[in-house]
Amino acid sequence: MRTDPIILGTAFGYLALLFVVAAWGDRRAEQGRSLIGSPTVYALSIAVYCTAWTFYGSVGRAAEHGPSFLLIYLGPTLAMLLSPFVIRKMVRIAARQRITSIADFISARYGKSTSLGALVALMALISITPYIALQLKAITVSHAVLINYPDAADTTLVDEHFWMDKSLWVALVLAVFIILFGTRHLDASERHEGMVAAIALESIVKLVAFMAVGVFVVFVMFEGPGALFDQVAATPELAESMRLDSVPGGATGWVGMLVLAFLAFLTLPRQFQVLVVENVDEQHLTRASWLFPLYMLLINLFVIPIALAGLLLGVSAGDPDSFVLTLPLSAGLEGLPLLVFIGGLSAATGMVIVETIALSTMVSNQLVMPLLLRSRRLHLSTKGELAGWLLGIRRVAIVLILLLGYLYHALIGDSYSLVTIGLVSFAGAAQFAPALLIGLYWRGATRQGAAAGLIAGFVVWCYTLLLPGFAQSGWLDAALLTEGPWGIDLLIPYGLFGLEDWDIYTHSLLWSMLANVGLLVGVSLFTRPTPLEQTQAALFTEAMHPNLQTAPLWRGQTTQGALNELLIRYLGNQATRRVFRQNRSDNVFVADEPANAELITRAEQALAGSLGSASARVLINSVVRGEALDIESVLSILDTTSQTLEYNRRLEQKSQELAQIGEELRGANERLRELDRLKDEFVAMVSHELRTPLTSIRAFAEILRDNSQLPNEKREHFLGVIVHESQRLSRLIEEILDLARLESGRLTLNPVPLDLAALARRSIDAIAHLHQERGIELEMSLEADPAMVIGDQDRLEQVIINLLDNAGKFADRHQPRVRLALYRHRDHFRLSVEDNGAGISVDERERVFEKFHQIQQDGDIPHGRPKGSGLGLPISRGIIAHLGGRLWVEDAISLGGACLTLELPPAPEHPAATDSSAPPSAS
Amino acid sequence: MTPSDHQTRKTERLVALVAIALLLFCPPLIIVVDRLPSPHVSWLPLYLFCAWAIVIGLAAWLMEHRAGR
Repeated sequence: MRTDPIILGTAFGYLALLFVVAAWGDRRAEQGRSLIGSPTVYALSIAVYCTAWTFYGSVGRAAEHGPSFLLIYLGPTLAMLLSPFVIRKMVRIAARQRITSIADFISARYGKSTSLGALVALMALISITPYIALQLKAITVSHAVLINYPDAADTTLVDEHFWMDKSLWVALVLAVFIILFGTRHLDASERHEGMVAAIALESIVKLVAFMAVGVFVVFVMFEGPGALFDQVAATPELAESMRLDSVPGGATGWVGMLVLAFLAFLTLPRQFQVLVVENVDEQHLTRASWLFPLYMLLINLFVIPIALAGLLLGVSAGDPDSFVLTLPLSAGLEGLPLLVFIGGLSAATGMVIVETIALSTMVSNQLVMPLLLRSRRLHLSTKGELAGWLLGIRRVAIVLILLLGYLYHALIGDSYSLVTIGLVSFAGAAQFAPALLIGLYWRGATRQGAAAGLIAGFVVWCYTLLLPGFAQSGWLDAALLTEGPWGIDLLIPYGLFGLEDWDIYTHSLLWSMLANVGLLVGVSLFTRPTPLEQTQAALFTEAMHPNLQTAPLWRGQTTQGALNELLIRYLGNQATRRVFRQNRSDNVFVADEPANAELITRAEQALAGSLGSASARVLINSVVRGEALDIESVLSILDTTSQTLEYNRRLEQKSQELAQIGEELRGANERLRELDRLKDEFVAMVSHELRTPLTSIRAFAEILRDNSQLPNEKREHFLGVIVHESQRLSRLIEEILDLARLESGRLTLNPVPLDLAALARRSIDAIAHLHQERGIELEMSLEADPAMVIGDQDRLEQVIINLLDNAGKFADRHQPRVRLALYRHRDHFRLSVEDNGAGISVDERERVFEKFHQIQQDGDIPHGRPKGSGLGLPISRGIIAHLGGRLWVEDAISLGGACLTLELPPAPEHPAATDSSAPPSAS
Repeated sequence: MTPSDHQTRKTERLVALVAIALLLFCPPLIIVVDRLPSPHVSWLPLYLFCAWAIVIGLAAWLMEHRAGR
């Protein structure tokens, strides 16, 4: 089964299948029924990140450098987690400005600069060519392994004529393939839906193939992971191989590689192509941000077991990079190795297709087109369609790029392992990151700064990674690596300035980023951007601003006819019609009519989608008189929006404040109504309280007037009632007056130092008679004696009597007990009066101090008059408050009923307070 | 909460997740796990895969979680 015809037949059959899928995808796109409108397909297309390097090289790297291979995937995981902040912004900018590649993106950001675009395109070409070479190498090596096993694979690759080298043919076949479905037509959106669909399919194939090998190795060759790891444990040097010590550069190398993978993921041209250019819907990022990391996790799940298994089997497994193939081969299998080969082919072709399309777009749009447009002859005088030209340029570019890749592979590829080549490319692509990321967030970054940073970073990269590669393959003197140029050891490429013990990638990343970021920021701070640069910078940094989308960015003037002519020349009839059809506000095409700003913007975007923004700019400038929207206008759009937002925010704040004030007003209104109700109640109660004794007096007086023959005792009794009621009436009026004085603040007190203990005794004496009548048992505990306070003697006595009287009224009816206690609490005196009645419930405790509030007791006679006027407690509280004290209700600790406690501050030191020698007494 | 509050909260959670991922994938946690004694191969690969899976799981939950956030 491992004969060339079968293998080649399968491979070509697979490529044909891909082509069918791609063609189908393109046709569906033309019909408006896109195949790639699904977030899952988008996530799978991002998996073009996993190339032959992942497929073969990860196992090789795991075998040699332990878990370090995982960093290549953890970095992108972090990048994808950040996608709602970073990639989403890039996608939005790219969609709005019709960006076609990363070179176009950077060029557009820095004022649609042709030179910057060309610089990035050149750098990409140089740094990515080895990566394409890596894929060609992987395909040929895997093919050779499949054919030659168990002989060594490399023997047939050397010492042959170049036309016998299969890599060349692989490269040519791929070139034809890519030309066939990468440049079928020139679309204004520069999207390749068919290609994306094919890439998604390839991603599934490589994942399935790799997992199949993994399952076979772990569960068939070793009867499960337990058995495999047991065998590993028996080989101490293998058991140690998955430690941090195996990672080049240790912890520093770990972090360096993580950063490198993070940056490269965002800046590799093919990743930019699938992530940003081919994105059809921003929302797809949501799914991809976790699905793509999941894909990477799955494809790496079996890397370590396969690597360990290969190492266990030793020599028979061959080169670690080929373990994925040689392990099933060593087990005598035929079908699985073929599937693996197809998986590897998938991984390699996927990468080569997307990378080559991305690079060829850059080469045609950033390098060749600007040159052609500059040549005046071609630019303005040539009539007829240039769209065909563009496709031709791109096709030639594809062939050249693949041949370049082949040359790299043929000349120096053999001296490097897969991963080494890949990482060198990573570090090269990472040089775009500062210009890209800083430009995305810092408006102040200028074209000169970006160019200086890019060039410096690239030079450092060449010196610290690319040149050593040449030295290792014998193109340069190997002494460069050991002694440095001209014997200066501070300049050794792998150990600049003595930093020798770092791993080479972290080392290169550090110095190149230092130069890159340093110059980008430094030069930007000292250069002035042109107006167009400022405009573009504002459009990029403020891309997520909601208002930017709708603003037309042209103010110049041209006719619809001129625009039409320009578009037809560069895009062809069909695309031009599309541009004019979409111009909603201007339905009728009239050649002499002026084109509106929207149409000019749309035309520029359409041209940018095919030629890159820099060239589109030049072309539009050639027909439009006047300037594009300047920075002031863009900023004013943004400022207007900012002002509106600020205004909205303030409005919202105001309305919240208003709502709050409204709430307060409602509260105050309710309080007023309540007060009004209370006033009415008060008046009603006062009249009721006054009327009761008056009625009684009047009734008895009438009896006396009308019945002159009343017996003497009766007459005296009635007169007694009249006197009693009159007294009650005057007391009530006195209380009402007191209350009125208290509330108006006109209550005059006569505060003098007095002894509260003495006062308490006097009050008890005054009420003793009444208590005796009621049969109340009175206790007295004067712990503080004397208790000097400042107070009005009569008023305080009134309060204490009132408390004692109240307690007597509410004490237990059958065995009434009242207790008065005077004691010191902290630095105050407290006088409490307890009873053994039912007590006062917690929610009643404040209400008893309301005017005319009658305390209801269990077993109160329902029809009987409430005891007392209900003014005593409010008056008492008012008096105590006037004296600077408090009066409140709490639970009676000793007797279990209610306890009314008053608290007063002690009088300032006074001789009278100290000379009393009366012992504390209790009754 | 208003929709913008939801968005803010989602963004904050996402930032927290990135911070957690960074912490899990970087020294010193890596060094700590690497030094744990183990009967077979180092715990480091197992730890990395588990941490990775947890981060992906949390991201999936955060991203796909819709109304009622």
